[in-house]
Order: sequence, then structure tokens, then C-alpha cells
Amino acid sequence: MSTTELPQLTRKDFSSDQEVRWCPGCGDYAVLATVQSTLADIGARPESTVFVSGIGCSSRFPYYMNTYGMHTIHGRAPAVATGLSVSRPDLDVWVVTGDGDALSIGGNHLLHALRRNVNLTILLFNNEIYGLTKGQYSPTSPLGSVHKSTPMGSIDRPLNPVSLALGAEATFVARSIDSDRKHLSEVLAAAHAHRGASFVEIYQNCVVFNDDAFAAVTGKDTKQQNQIRLRQGEPVVFGPEGERAVVAGEDGSMRIVPTAEAGDRVVVHDATREDPTTAFALARLAPSPTGPTPIGIFRAVEGPVYDDLAREQVARAKAAAPADLRALLEGGNIWNVG
Amino acid sequence: MSATTTPSTSTGEPHRPVELHDAVIRFAGDSGDGMQLTGDRFTTEAGLAGNDLVTFPDYPAEIRAPAGTQAGVSSFQLHFSDHDIHTAGDAPDVLVAMNPAALLKHIGALKPGGTVIVNVDEFDERALQKAGAMTNPLEDGSLVDFRVQEVGLTSLTLRTLEAEIADGDMTRKEAERCKNMLALGLVSWMFSRTMDATEEWLREKFAKRPVLAEANVKVLRSGRNYGETTEAFAFTYEVPAAQLPPGRYRTISGNQALAYGLVAAAQRAGLPLFAGAYPITPASDILHELAKLKHFDVTTFQAEDEIAAIASAIGAAFGGSLAVTASSGPGIALKTEAIGLAAIYELPLVVVDVQRGGPSTGLPTKTEQSDLLQAVVGRNGEAPVPVVAVKSPGDAFDAAIEACRIALTYRTPVMLLSDGYTANSAEPWRIPDVDGLPDLSTAFAFATERNDADRFLPYLRDPGTLARPWAVPGTPGLEHRLGGLEKAPDTGAISYDGANHHAQTVLRHERITRIGAQLPPLDVDDPTGDADVLVVGWGSTDGPIRAAVHTLRGNGRRVAHVQLTHLAPIHPDLEEVMRRHRVVICPENNMGQLALLLRARTLIDVKAYDRVTGAPFLSSELVDVIERLGGDALEGER
Repeated sequence: MSTTELPQLTRKDFSSDQEVRWCPGCGDYAVLATVQSTLADIGARPESTVFVSGIGCSSRFPYYMNTYGMHTIHGRAPAVATGLSVSRPDLDVWVVTGDGDALSIGGNHLLHALRRNVNLTILLFNNEIYGLTKGQYSPTSPLGSVHKSTPMGSIDRPLNPVSLALGAEATFVARSIDSDRKHLSEVLAAAHAHRGASFVEIYQNCVVFNDDAFAAVTGKDTKQQNQIRLRQGEPVVFGPEGERAVVAGEDGSMRIVPTAEAGDRVVVHDATREDPTTAFALARLAPSPTGPTPIGIFRAVEGPVYDDLAREQVARAKAAAPADLRALLEGGNIWNVG
Repeated sequence: MSATTTPSTSTGEPHRPVELHDAVIRFAGDSGDGMQLTGDRFTTEAGLAGNDLVTFPDYPAEIRAPAGTQAGVSSFQLHFSDHDIHTAGDAPDVLVAMNPAALLKHIGALKPGGTVIVNVDEFDERALQKAGAMTNPLEDGSLVDFRVQEVGLTSLTLRTLEAEIADGDMTRKEAERCKNMLALGLVSWMFSRTMDATEEWLREKFAKRPVLAEANVKVLRSGRNYGETTEAFAFTYEVPAAQLPPGRYRTISGNQALAYGLVAAAQRAGLPLFAGAYPITPASDILHELAKLKHFDVTTFQAEDEIAAIASAIGAAFGGSLAVTASSGPGIALKTEAIGLAAIYELPLVVVDVQRGGPSTGLPTKTEQSDLLQAVVGRNGEAPVPVVAVKSPGDAFDAAIEACRIALTYRTPVMLLSDGYTANSAEPWRIPDVDGLPDLSTAFAFATERNDADRFLPYLRDPGTLARPWAVPGTPGLEHRLGGLEKAPDTGAISYDGANHHAQTVLRHERITRIGAQLPPLDVDDPTGDADVLVVGWGSTDGPIRAAVHTLRGNGRRVAHVQLTHLAPIHPDLEEVMRRHRVVICPENNMGQLALLLRARTLIDVKAYDRVTGAPFLSSELVDVIERLGGDALEGER
């Protein structure tokens, strides 16, 4: 009954007046719609929300959001967002980036934003291709990818973004799919609620340059076989009838076996485990999303947040000494003339 | 009575000190010998004695270059005087050489007849060999032009601390490390200096190990007592206090003053200060200083790289902080793309470049002015950015405030150029009245409401300054997006229209040009008002040029001097001032970068003088240069 309660916003309140200009059928449209409706659902305020992006197709995202936004330079969005987040604790800062932006030119910034645990929600749209520059292979393209710059096939091994984020000790790591509105919305809400750096890889289909790269996990006929849904506290089983299960081998690696043979060896998912080993092993189940692939929240643990620590130091310094400019300038050895 | 524990007084002093107008001392030793610290302490004492002073620290890029080699020699020069001075002195009167390498490297600079104090304990065959000496300079007659004082600095130090070593209070090695204090004590005695402040400082510095503090104090006094009791030194000297303008003074280095200027600007603007930086010589001390000042609402962020340093600052600027990033040439090169972003965003940002020798890694610890063109034009696309230069250590305070004023008033990134010489050298600084500092809160106001019927136009401009509104996140109704893509007028929406791009490009230039039109008149130093020769400098050449011009005027020459603070836009008065003079001379520590800009913009044939040896100009050098290039015009006949 509080009179100060703000009105419930809708997806429209988060849509800007700019015409959305991605290619027809691009997975980005679906992500945009889901982000906008999720923001409304979780009670976010446009004036307190900032979307920061780098360069690439996905990085046009902020222009379409009726929030504050910064379309920055290639790869640097996590660094720009860090400065904003550290200096403005009252804001919700989101980073929108892609596989080229975040993992190639901006790999360093992603790594450090994650290990510092800056209070950011980072959405990595992974389409395994450079779209804006018209179709070169990216750091997540499978080995042997034939594109314009690799007519004989790419020869560098791809990165697995979830493995990378876990390796950087990210405190929240998840994966979702552009077209799965419900799953994506749940993951986004959890990522937003997490304090510290949240990393969400979103499989995003590029219809023009890399169509169906994720068909194994998104296709009508294949997704039930291949999506391994990670659910907190539940056994990791999948398939139309739950007939396949993930079990841990004696060496710590994970394998997929028929559920009937798994017995009590089925892994029970616990994203809150401090030790990232299990999460990492799950991420390694699918080096590339061409077969059974885990979807969901891999890791969600509490950790010291860089922003809080930085502000705490400033607060402590302020409590200990007044901001006396005259005293500062007259510090050290002083002498008088005249 | 033990000589090393009884403070002696100057009563009974055999000689009266010789009064000097000024003196130049250079301390030189191995990188690990504590020469910078020794110089700093002597500087403080000179400041407390009321001298005007200028210092020139010079040290190798390696933290511990091979011991005993000339490459590993670190030096600190101090010029102190009873009158207004502008340079660290052309040639030292006194050289303290802690080892053969220091002697060989610096003896060439010593004034003929000057005094050299050598640590004779270090002149064994091995040390001579390491220093690259064929023969022992103490024996081969090569020092015949100088007064050589051979002092066993190491052995005297060890003898002073015999008891401490014997009692196990300190190791022999620790004791030996105090020898710089012996040198300081001796030189302090030579120049009739008190040492109270240094003793106090030592006790504070070694508060956790009082044994070390007392040992250093003991050695310091031992050095003074050695001078007093030995007959070796014929004279002592005294440099009386200078007649500086009345006020309260302290010594300050360029990096420190620059950091204080940034903090003062933020305080006067009523904004938090955000500094993103990545460690780099010779700029890191700015980050170190700011990190100590968090109680002024300062947030420092040591970023993962130079790009992240400026990127974080841009993020903080969007959030409403006074944002700065500080680096040196190689770091600025990495930040270049982001400076362009801040330029099209039109957000306030100060980018400090403490210049050093280049290209590439170049000469990290040596000074140079070779980033001028990088600052003025070194970006992709048409990306004009204002550039402000620092003239001297104390001026770094004012220049930092000026850079912040421009950034806040015009909503633009500003390049602030300092250099390695200014950054590390120190001078007496008249402490400004805090209430008299510019009130930067009037330079801007955060937008609070919509500036159009039913929407917010982030690029609607102030008709006077052409600045756009600074609307920070958290303000309802002003949600907007900034981007690096070309913008439509007012709305800032993406525009690929060619005619609009041309118009926006012209507008971005006009925005920066207008800053010049709103500056106070250019300061021209020409006492007689009829000089035909004009020397135009910028940045840290101010001191040597002023000293040279002063000397020339004393010789009856007529010469005017302008030292530019604003390099972009160049002060609009300058062209007319240049046209009033028959000869325009432009000395720079680069290959003629300002001269290039002045020629291009005025079509006046500026005469350039360039030197990039990693050291500032000598005033005597500039006297010769101005004589040569000014020629007859110095006589003033029209």
C-alpha cells in the first residue's frame, strides 16, 4: 500500500525509439525481447540501468534499450563498465558482448572483470562467427571452420566460454539459448540477482553467416537428446525420458552413460560448491555444442565484490581523515617568506 | 666524550663560510647507494633554509643495473640560490662520487675548479675495471683541474657503527648502507646546513627499527663532524635565503603537484575523482599519490592495461565523476582509440601524458617532449582534443586544474602534457590559497530535466561553449545512449549521412577552437616591449628559456619569451605576437614538433632548435642558440 511504490513497468518501457536493425531472423531479436521483459519482471528501473557494449552485431544492443547506455569500442566494454560500476553503486550495470568482442580483442578485460568479481551482469552472445565484418571465423568457431578468411579451414582450437569464465574464478557462470525464452529469462534473473560478476553465455544463431551452428541443442528434433539441463540439487540426467545420465569418473572427469547403468553415481548438480572443479568438468562435457551440452547455471557462489571493497576503502579513509585541502597542500616541511 | 654522539656546534669554526649566490651539487653513485634519497633530503634542507631551488634526478631504467658500472649510476642534481632561478644548473660546483663509475660518468660535467668528493674506499682494481677505467683517475692526473677530496665514506661509516655491528644490532651490510648519510652530513657541513629535519625524518622513516634510525643519525652527524675536524676542506659555504615572493612554501615534485591539482580540481568542482591507471615510468607516482588521498573521495583503479585504465575512466565520467587517467607515451599510444571515443562521447576526461624518450619503449627514465604531435593530432579520424602543458613542478598544480576546467566546461577529453624532468624534479612552491582556486562547480551542471518538449536531447548544445548536457545515470527521464558511431544533431541517434558527418566534423573542430577564444590574453615576457626576437617554448623548457633570456637581457640583448600552456587550440593571440617579431625561435626536446605546428598554422618560418639527449636544455646552451639564430635582430635595430 506504500505510496512510494513505483508502477510495474512492461517490456515497452525498456524499448527505445530506435528501429532495431539486425538481420531478419537474427537470434539477437529474441534475446532483446527476453532481456526487456525480464527487466520489467524483476522490477528494474530504466533510469538506474546501464547497458554497456563493445563492437559487433550484439553490441548494438544498448541503442534499443530505453535505459542509459554506452556503445563503446571493440573489446573494452567490461573495462568501461568496471569504472562505472565502481563509481556508482546505485546502478545496475549490464555488459553485452560477443565471442569476437569478449574473447578475442577484449579477452584481457573479460578475464579481469571476472577475477575481480566486479558487480556486472555480462551477456556473451556466442554465434561462433564475426558477423559485422561479414563472416570470418571467431575464437569459438570449431577447428576446421571454413569461412572467408579460412578457405582451407581454421587451424586454431576454439575457446569454451564457460570453461574460460570458470578458469577466471567467476562467481556466477551460466549458459542459455537465444530462442529459449523461459530458460533465458530464468538465467538472466538469477544472474542479475547475483552480487559480483555474473557471466552468461547465450548461444545465438547468426542466420546469415553461420546458420544452425547450434542446431544440435536448438533443433526441434535434436534438442531433447542434447540439452543437459542443469538444475540445482537435481541429478544430471537428460534425454526425452531422462534415459541418459552424467556420472563422475574416478579421475574426476565426467562421462555420459545410460541412466539405467548409472546407479547412484549420477552427478547431483550443486552450483553453490565453492570448488569449481565439478562445474569445470561439466563445462568440458561439451567442448563444442554439437552433441549433449549442459545448459543452465554452472556456478553461483558468494565472493568478495570488487566494487564493495573499493568503496569500503574510500569510506574508511573518509572516516579517518577530513577532506582538508589546505592541510594537504601544507603537508611536508613548510617555511615562510616575508 | 665521544665525537660521534655529541652534537657539535659551529662555535670555534676555523673559517667563516664563504657566501655564495648559488651552488650546484650533484650526488652520484650506484643505483643502490641511495642517491635520490640523499638529494631529496638536501633539497628539503635547502628549501627550509629559504633558498630557491631546482632539482634534476637522473637514474637508470633498470632498478638495479649491474653494480659498479657506468650504466648503473644514479644521480641527483640540486641548484639552490639566494635569488630566483629556473634551471637545475648547467654544471655542478660540487660532485659527490660514491664509486669510480660515478666519478667517470659525471666528472666531465663538473665546473673547472669544482670540488669532487670521492669515496676512496671504492677505488680498488676490481671496481675500476667494472667502471671501465684504464687507470685510476685518482692517480693518473686526470683530475688536476678539480679540488679532489678523498674521503673513506665506507670505512668511516663502518667505524662509526662498530659498536652496533659488534652488538649484533645490525649487519655489516646494513651498516655499510648508511654511507649516503655520511656523504649528506659532510655536504651539509660544507654548506652550513642544519640537519634537524633530516634527523626527524630518519626517526620517522625507521620508526619500526629505531636501531636503524639512530645508526643513520649517528652516521649523518659523523659526516658533519668529519668535515669539521679534518683540515682537508679549506672552505665552507653559505647560500643565503632567496627573496622569493612572500608566502608559505614547501618543495614539491611535478608528479606530486599534478596529483594535488587533480584532487583540488575535484574538490572545487564538488565531484568524486576517479583515476584509472596502469603502472608506467615516469607517471606511476601520480597513481601512488592519488591512492593515498582516498579521503578526498578519490577512487583509484589499477587496471589490467592502459586501455582498461582509460576505459574505466570513461565509464566513471559517464557516471558523473571527474575522471582521469595518467600514463606516458607508450601508454598513451594504447589509449588513443579510447581518447577518440571520449571525444565523440563529449564527456569530461583528463588524460595525463608524462612524456619520456621514444619511440617504443625508448628511454623510460629520461625526459623528452616528443609526444606533442601524438597529443594534438595522433588519433584516427578528425578528433580534435585540447592540450595543456606543464611548465614546471609547481605549475603542474595549476595546469592540472586548468585541464580539469576545460574538460568540465566543454565536456571533452583534455590531454595534459608533463614530462620526466618536471615529474621528478622539485622546486619551492608557494602554497596557493585554497579559497582563491578556481571554482569549478560553475563549469558544469548535471542535467536534471528534459530539454525538449517530451524527450531528452543528449546532443543539444550550449550556444556559447557548444557543450552538450552531462546527464548521469540515475536521473529519471534522461535515459540516453552514447556511442562511437556518427551522430545526428541534438538526438545523438546514429547517422550515416555524409553531409551530416561533414557538419558534425566541422562542429567538433569549432567546439575545440572556441576554447581558445575564451582564454585570457597571452602572456608575453618582453620587459622593453620592443624585442625583434621571440622565443616560443612549451612545457618544461620554461626554466632554461627564462634563464637564457635573462642572461641575454643582462648582456644588452632584446628578446621576448612566450611559454605556451595551451597547445591545442594554440592561443589565438600567438600568431599576431609572432608577426610582431622578425625572428621566432622555437627550442624543443623533440625534433621540431611545435615548430611544425606553428609553421603550418601561421606560415611563419620559425627557427627550430632541437635536442633529445634525455636531459633538459642548459641555459648556457640556449644563450648560444638564441645568439646564433637571433643574430642581428637581437640588437633591436629596425
